[in-house]
Amino acid sequence: MAIDNNKSWIDARLNTTMLTKVMMTEYWIPKNINFLWSFGVVLATLFTLLIVSGMFLLMYYKPDTMLAFDSVNRVIMQEVAYGWLWRHMHAVAASVIFLVIYIHMFVAIYYGSYKGGREMIWISGMLLFVTFSAEGFSGYMLPWGQMSYWAAQVITNLFGGIPFIGADLVIWIRGNYVVADATLTRFFALHVVILPLIIMGIVVLHFYSLRIPHVNNQEGEEIDFEAEAEKFKAGDKKSSKVMPFWPTFLAEDFFVLSGFMIFFFYLVFFHYSFAMDPINFIPADSMKTPPHIYPEWYFLWSYEVLRGFFFSANLGLIAFGIANVIFFVLPWLDRDPSVKPAHKRPLFRVWFWALIFVMIGLTVYGKLPPTGINAWIGFVFSVSFLALLLVVLPLISKIERKRG
Amino acid sequence: MAVDESKRDFLLAALGTFAGIGGAAAAYSMVKTWDPLPSVIAAGVTTVDVSSMQGGELRTVEFRGKPVYILKKTPDMAPAKNKSTVKIGSDEFVVVIAICTHLGCIPAYVSETKQFKCACHGGEFDVNGANTFGPPPKPLVIPPFKIEGNKILLGEEGEEYKKLAPELKA
Repeated sequence: MAIDNNKSWIDARLNTTMLTKVMMTEYWIPKNINFLWSFGVVLATLFTLLIVSGMFLLMYYKPDTMLAFDSVNRVIMQEVAYGWLWRHMHAVAASVIFLVIYIHMFVAIYYGSYKGGREMIWISGMLLFVTFSAEGFSGYMLPWGQMSYWAAQVITNLFGGIPFIGADLVIWIRGNYVVADATLTRFFALHVVILPLIIMGIVVLHFYSLRIPHVNNQEGEEIDFEAEAEKFKAGDKKSSKVMPFWPTFLAEDFFVLSGFMIFFFYLVFFHYSFAMDPINFIPADSMKTPPHIYPEWYFLWSYEVLRGFFFSANLGLIAFGIANVIFFVLPWLDRDPSVKPAHKRPLFRVWFWALIFVMIGLTVYGKLPPTGINAWIGFVFSVSFLALLLVVLPLISKIERKRG
Repeated sequence: MAVDESKRDFLLAALGTFAGIGGAAAAYSMVKTWDPLPSVIAAGVTTVDVSSMQGGELRTVEFRGKPVYILKKTPDMAPAKNKSTVKIGSDEFVVVIAICTHLGCIPAYVSETKQFKCACHGGEFDVNGANTFGPPPKPLVIPPFKIEGNKILLGEEGEEYKKLAPELKA
């Protein structure tokens, strides 16, 4: 083919000029946003840190029930130079990434960024939440401490609640009658290869799904991106409602990211213990359940929905199943098609803060022993959670649609 | 001019057939790879000699990777409904898999109240393993057993085990 000698060697062959335009300098983002729009980049960064720290942990970790606990707690923590750093970074990032996922999610809920053509962004985001949950759960098993073991026991047992095939399914998932070596090695494979590949695939889908409906803004305003982009390119940068992804948007993101990273490394160096349960420093023992077991903080709300129906395991399982998938259908539970922030929707605004309150309540009671009055409070929170999403949201959004 | 697409249709149908068969075969082999290994399935029988046990004594034995409680009952303990206990001569034993029928935690025996209590979700069982409070949907499961003299063989199905009500069995 004819080579354009006016271009650089690489550009003539890969058309990097066009690639940079499409991906960066002419990918348009609304100007009317705030720092809450920066958490996607924070998530991408945390995921990168998890991959990097994970690769170094992988160099010394041994996926074998006889060796796993020691390879983590003795070899990596005490012998490997900076092994503690990789482990603490990995544990803290795994915990904090869920905090940022929840912020990212609730920003989308607050500003109505899940509807009006943005449903695929929301669904791909929820798929990431589910795959990250699986990634977190499978990783939690690897140190093979008491919490690793009993979390694996309880979670795999949940599949036993599925009618007809449940009991066999549990044995199939574990590869044994109980959580054992076969379970550890297959979850290791899931954690280090299978799930990361799936996550990366969905991340690509998530980014791509943003390109068509574009990023939402603080007012839910429908912007003519082509017209505004022309305005910007013609030099009228000030009155244009859009800005390029690079350098403008990312510059602000990186500033927020820098602040976040200070917080992150403060946790890694000085407060890492919140991400490491003391019970998990006792080696796994299939003959002894710890007196009180609970999941990591980010699973407590759904765990409490499971426990909330303390009088019926089946009802609890059904409620837990619903709680885990209910956010997928949020765009259809909201019956008001107009995209507006919560502060412009009086009823929705109350609903939004009620949902936050209930989810924090579930999280708090998910950690407390389920005895006496706690069981009843947990039950009330569980029912409230389901009612808010299944009944209240469709009702209030219908009323708000009529009001216009 | 019309293009004859029948050749392409045939190629695509052939591809679809091969991909379908290959995909099914691959999926089958992947699923079977996760099955328990023969060595796991062929886990042996656990034999427990109960002749030396005292009244009220609880013994924990391991059976196919699971803990099993064997409790020698005393006359003051609540009588079992459903004939769920194991009788050897004049002695009566509670033999249950020590795994909560809710979500698989191990309930602890509380000798003061003569109960099995599960710490995970607050489930309670009476001394005979019947569920009395909380989320457990059914009594503690009785493992397959056979009585030979003073010994209980876990993993073999004896006459006494076969007579048990189905909801008590594994």
